[in-house]
Amino acid sequence: MSITQVAFILISAITLGSALAMVTSRTVFVAALWMVAAFVGVAALYILLEAGFLAAIQLLIYAGGIAVLILFAIMLTPRVMQPMEGLSRFNDQWMFVAAVSAFLFAGLWALAIRTDWPVNLQRVTGDNIFLLGRGFMTQYLLPFEVTSILLLVALVGAIVIARD
Amino acid sequence: MLANYAILAVFMVVAGLVPIGALATAWVIRPHKPNPVKSEIYECGIETVGEAWVQFKVQYYIYALVFVIFDVETAFLYPWAVAYNRLGVFALFEMSIFVAILLAGLLYAWRKGALEWV
Repeated sequence: MSITQVAFILISAITLGSALAMVTSRTVFVAALWMVAAFVGVAALYILLEAGFLAAIQLLIYAGGIAVLILFAIMLTPRVMQPMEGLSRFNDQWMFVAAVSAFLFAGLWALAIRTDWPVNLQRVTGDNIFLLGRGFMTQYLLPFEVTSILLLVALVGAIVIARD
Repeated sequence: MLANYAILAVFMVVAGLVPIGALATAWVIRPHKPNPVKSEIYECGIETVGEAWVQFKVQYYIYALVFVIFDVETAFLYPWAVAYNRLGVFALFEMSIFVAILLAGLLYAWRKGALEWV
């Protein structure tokens, strides 16, 4: 077993463990902190795939921005911020939800196994980030500019909702 | 390529071990004589008021949200900055449009008073 495989198993264990701790956590705030740990684990997986830029983005936007946003959203919610003791995590619909979740998991699993994932073994020649930047400015210019409109809509929409 | 990140991994392990070592050493060598006054919770030297779990102001959320929007903008600016020298003036023009559209969002937030602290 190579050192990369050991690193992969270790990082995967940390990521999955954090994700599991997140869904089983009793306090939403603690769950959000576990989610940040899972985000960092995913960033480490990107590094193992030699996708350094994607790892940086994952840390910058998910572990940084999105995590802060979710934590603030939790801290703004009055009832969530009261510690909930003796509250059950199951309500009377848990069997239905478990069945739907199991069905969805089986479906995704079957899909992932049967799909013939294209694997490109050729290394990307040259500077990844330069190729990305050139792509934004030439071939994918329109999607790039539309992204800014999408961000604008998100910003304006969130302000309208938050001020209501 | 991956070897560069091994240095990062070593750095993170050391960064994790240093505070654990400091706390463990303190735990080993310190005298342990608690009393009720010593064990009280304090906040910046004064006694705490109310619960730790309080509801925060909505302004924090709007700030966080504006931050995330411009965080994503940064993610797009970076590859553009790397490729800038080899792309010419047209790329500057294209990025100006991108930033200008987002600037309209910031102006909207400003005009609506979303950045005011009330």
